[in-house]
Amino acid sequence: MDNTEFWIYLLLMAGSTYLVRVIPFVLVKKKIENRFIKSFLTYIPYAVLAAMTIPSALFATRYVWSAAIGLLVALILGLKGKSLTVVAVAACAAVFLAELIPMAF
Amino acid sequence: MNNFKRGLKAGIPIGLGYLSVSFTFGIMAVSTGFSWWQAVVISMTTLTSAGQFSGIKTMLIPGQYAEMLISQFTINIRYSFMSISLSQKLAPQFKSLSRWLLGFFITDEIFAVASTEKEVTRSYFGGLAVAPWFGWTLGTLSGALLGEVLPEQVMSALSLAIYGMFVAIITPEMKKSRPIVVVVIIAVALSCAFTYIPGLKEVSGGLAISICAIAAAGIGAALFPVKE
Repeated sequence: MDNTEFWIYLLLMAGSTYLVRVIPFVLVKKKIENRFIKSFLTYIPYAVLAAMTIPSALFATRYVWSAAIGLLVALILGLKGKSLTVVAVAACAAVFLAELIPMAF
Repeated sequence: MNNFKRGLKAGIPIGLGYLSVSFTFGIMAVSTGFSWWQAVVISMTTLTSAGQFSGIKTMLIPGQYAEMLISQFTINIRYSFMSISLSQKLAPQFKSLSRWLLGFFITDEIFAVASTEKEVTRSYFGGLAVAPWFGWTLGTLSGALLGEVLPEQVMSALSLAIYGMFVAIITPEMKKSRPIVVVVIIAVALSCAFTYIPGLKEVSGGLAISICAIAAAGIGAALFPVKE
């Protein structure tokens, strides 16, 4: 990819990402009273994260089963209320260790 | 402790989490043919996970400008909902100019942490953004420079970091709220449908995620309206 192409793409990617974030942030100044919209806004972050995680996470590592083990570890630690960092690092460690197992045979 | 410092502190775990995720991004960018500085510039100016991972794939093929805009818009439309949600909690001094400047830093995790505040002040939000931005940038730089020396196993393990972080954001809320459990289950079911069912699986990844999320949150809002 030549440099010009890179900068055009960067402008499109960074610019559109910025505007998607900032336009509603600047425009919405009033309190939203509608109960449905309020509820929708409460649930949207979790819906997004859940849809992004499953099933995509299962194909993120070298094997589906090692990803599944990593996710399980994340789920258990998450339920125990561990911090984002601890859960993320533990999930990676679990994948790493799990992928060592087949090599032992 | 003043608000800026409080925000700064709250941002540190996000920053650390971002190190590992952006490290993976740096590795991927360089291994697909970007130079290290391009990877770093992308992270500094875009500050998003899914969008960047998808973006560098699009960038490899010249001239796909419309494709880039559409995929970025659909992957990132969730930020609009987060912005609206956050706008409801901003302190009165958080005026237009600060919104233009600080709105750049709305990410899934920064949003999730800021949402736990009763009122979000400018200084708190500004402090909160510092560690994640530096973490994201430094992680990308390290991944881009060191990625090639890392064995395949380590890279495989690091790829799960971002998802581990997502799970860590969702699960505590699932414990507190049954409606969120239902919303999550619907979102996961739809997202699986968009991955495996012929016809549905032809829908591009980013758009599919937005459809799943909007449907799940919409059903949740209809079934379980939040208390006034």
